[in-house]
Amino acid sequence: MSDRNGTGTAGAGPRVVAVRGGTVVDATGERRADVLVEGDRVVAVGPDLEAPRGADVLDAGGCVVAPGLVDLHTHLREPGHEEAETVETGTRAAALGGFTAVVAMPNTNPPLDSADAVRNVLELGRTAMAEVAVAGAITVGRAGERLAPMAELAALGVHLFTDDGAGVQSAGLMRRAMEYARGLDVTLAQHCEDGTLACDGAMHEGAWSSRLGIPGMPALAEEVMVARDIALARSTGARIHFLHLSTAASIDLVRRAKAEGVAVTAEAAPHHFTLTDACTAGYDPVFKVNPPLRPQDEVEAVKAGLGDGTIDAIATDHAPHAPEAKDLPFDQAPPGMLGLQTALALALTELRLPLARILALLSWQPAAIAGLDPGAGDPDTGPGSAGGHGGPVVEGSPANLCVIDPTATWTVDPFALASRSRNTPYAGRTLTGRVRHTLLRGEPVVVDAEAQR
Amino acid sequence: MPQHLLAIDDLGPDGIAEVLRVTDSFVEVGHRANPKVPALRGRTVATLFFEDSTRTRVSFETAAKRLSADVLSFAAGSSSVKKGESLRDTVETIEAMGIDAIIIRHSSSGAPTQVARWVDDTAVVNAGDGWHEHPTQALLDLYTVRQALAEAADGGTGDDGDDGTRAFKGLQVVIVGDIRHSRVARSQVAAYAALGAEVTLVAPRTLLPPSLEGWPVASVSHDLDRELVDADVVSLLRVQSERGSGEFVPSLREYTAGFGLTARRAAALKPGALILHPGPMVRGVEIASEVADLPAARITGQVSNGVAVRMAVLFLLLAQGPGEGSLHE
Amino acid sequence: MAERERSHTRPRGALFVPRAQVMSASDVQRAVTRMAHEIDERNRGLEQLVLVGLQTGGVPIARRLGTTLEEVGGTAIPVGSLDVAFYRDDIGLRPVLPEAVTDITFDLTGATVVLVDDVLFTGRTIRAALNALSEYGRAQAVQLAVMVDRGHRELPIRPDYVGKNLPTRRDEMVDVTDDGVMLGDVVNR
Repeated sequence: MSDRNGTGTAGAGPRVVAVRGGTVVDATGERRADVLVEGDRVVAVGPDLEAPRGADVLDAGGCVVAPGLVDLHTHLREPGHEEAETVETGTRAAALGGFTAVVAMPNTNPPLDSADAVRNVLELGRTAMAEVAVAGAITVGRAGERLAPMAELAALGVHLFTDDGAGVQSAGLMRRAMEYARGLDVTLAQHCEDGTLACDGAMHEGAWSSRLGIPGMPALAEEVMVARDIALARSTGARIHFLHLSTAASIDLVRRAKAEGVAVTAEAAPHHFTLTDACTAGYDPVFKVNPPLRPQDEVEAVKAGLGDGTIDAIATDHAPHAPEAKDLPFDQAPPGMLGLQTALALALTELRLPLARILALLSWQPAAIAGLDPGAGDPDTGPGSAGGHGGPVVEGSPANLCVIDPTATWTVDPFALASRSRNTPYAGRTLTGRVRHTLLRGEPVVVDAEAQR
Repeated sequence: MPQHLLAIDDLGPDGIAEVLRVTDSFVEVGHRANPKVPALRGRTVATLFFEDSTRTRVSFETAAKRLSADVLSFAAGSSSVKKGESLRDTVETIEAMGIDAIIIRHSSSGAPTQVARWVDDTAVVNAGDGWHEHPTQALLDLYTVRQALAEAADGGTGDDGDDGTRAFKGLQVVIVGDIRHSRVARSQVAAYAALGAEVTLVAPRTLLPPSLEGWPVASVSHDLDRELVDADVVSLLRVQSERGSGEFVPSLREYTAGFGLTARRAAALKPGALILHPGPMVRGVEIASEVADLPAARITGQVSNGVAVRMAVLFLLLAQGPGEGSLHE
Repeated sequence: MAERERSHTRPRGALFVPRAQVMSASDVQRAVTRMAHEIDERNRGLEQLVLVGLQTGGVPIARRLGTTLEEVGGTAIPVGSLDVAFYRDDIGLRPVLPEAVTDITFDLTGATVVLVDDVLFTGRTIRAALNALSEYGRAQAVQLAVMVDRGHRELPIRPDYVGKNLPTRRDEMVDVTDDGVMLGDVVNR
């Protein structure tokens, strides 16, 4: 069990890890290089480095060595729903998926709307297998009525605020939140869903919902809130980040807003570029998610948005649910799918984009949005701050890395995933691209696709 | 025959024709002093009704008993069906008792489909799921129409192997009412279309489903008066206040003015046109009181026909033997 | 292997391939006439004699017997038809479907019923018919008339009136039509 400085054995000096034979790909480009890590830092990057005696050698032959992935949107379920996931099991899944940092969503029980609640999760994250950053709630209890103590939470290092699970329904309140956030240099993130349009919808409103007799939520429910928040952001000058965008109309609004210079960013989840509402034909609640799976033309719009820079990040919206919860009738089952272990492979398998672009979407761009990139703020802020994720792999950079084998194929087995839950919609699917190793602050938390603790 | 009856499409035109034909035999059984046959002796049928419906549940149970099957009855609200107990647990408990068929009614669309995934050899019969389907009600409607058409043709259906379904080809069927929330409508559309009828849906825009893509309907209209002129069959749906139709139209009076079968509208029907209603009716809303008493109006919830149709369904699902697959090659 | 003749239970797609004609049309007619006389002789004086043909093969034979009996005896004999699908003992072992609706419009209580079928084989159909008949009243007596008895009984059932005794192999099939009686095989398509 190593301490935070990465000391391998007591009194033997800092741990040394040599990542050999791979190709380093980061925001600056691509080069054949070995990477030498000492303690929690990269100490050398270059071809054919010699590994010092006593070093852990990680074989990266045929692999890509990249900055660790950063997930902007993970539900760790702790506190309150530990039967579905805990910080420990969720971060284990994250590490296996190549993530060295995740942003934990605040819809826990109690919600992350107070300093104590946030401190609690940050503390649980200290010994986790990925860095846990916390997204605070925008409103108390996520009830959409009163603002949560954003300044207090920002002082603890919280950079993103969202009521995710729901959107802030009141335009007036959202405007006030944006004005307040501006003063704090934090980013508000919105789960765009107008409650009066979405109603009791359990899937996308369209041909399939009509055939299946399931109440639907129209694409409009997302679009109207995106339009509203862009207008509010333009007016207040605040930064807005849109969670899990799933419709052509929303993505189009973001495209135009960016062209105008509005400070807006957006993410999309893998299920919204790989699955359609036709999957719900058998009423299996594993395909129930919010925002819902949409028809193929919306899926194409998400892919296009990922390709042209409109969407800045792929975020998993990893949402574990215990099996009993998903064994309910479709309209009663909770929405959500697992995502941490399949996101990278799905992006590599299904998106026709260069590897560097995919890594941008999964690593350095989300790192910047989350405020987890190197040089973002004070590295000593808050517990667990490791000095950054997603940054270029150079001498002196923090050793948060993932080693990816882009050609390895594997089949998704819900029982073999690290999550406590099994609700993946990709059971039985064969994917191309697999994480071989993951280093967190220099510690190999995943070696040869196996979690080390 | 498929293993389950979850939706009309499970049967196809041949399956529907077979159910109707076998129903004739069970109608005859129903006329006897002892309306019972030993066909399903030794089998056990469970009814699992999460929505209150004494009529439909009793109809199924009577059907099973008249086939000499044993019947277990689980009704929502009873201690054995606790709210919050996982549907899956309930079903697996029942299956473990050694059940040959589960007849399930649930307020959630798709619940019978999910149940069918969880059981091994048990047959699952959908007695109505949310807005999705109510296959035996549609079969009952079709049987009623077939019976009426045969009467009109002086009882002559038995020529050239015509099982009475030929008369449905080209039949003009108008379905009126809250289509959006109606499982009976979805099953009816599939059933009538499967036999070659031309179906027209008539409803206010807010009571139509968001999309009719893939629905085998000939047309959609908001003008009941125009559609009644050529109709051979007018099928009225209940305005379902318990499923929220009330919020979709400003008032029931407005609904009746535009879409109710008033006496004036009934008088404009072709001679011989049939008026069907699944019952129970709300007189004065979807159908004028005096219209409901016309000879042309058939309340298709007739007890005897309903039991016979359900006997046919249970017999066909359970009596077909192992490993023979579909009888329709 | 039982009862593969009844189209109740013949696998769909199976084909009857005739090999030999064992009775001509006129042989059948003569048998009908003879059996009608036998029935009349045995039951002479009975007020309530009814014929019930088993669907589907026994029905035309029952009608012909009824016509001939009326010629012979002078009074009209009621003829009904009976479908025994729901009374079979092999429901669930193989596909079973009714072929037609039972049509017995008279009360059988106190009547002498002559069941009529085309081919008697294992006897299971007749046993089912006896069960079914009892639903229409308590008959005074039940007799059995068949055009062909092909042997291989599995139950203690015996015919009272037989058109022709025909020894057969179990896997063969006997087909009775208006053109006579054919012996052949069943071939699955």
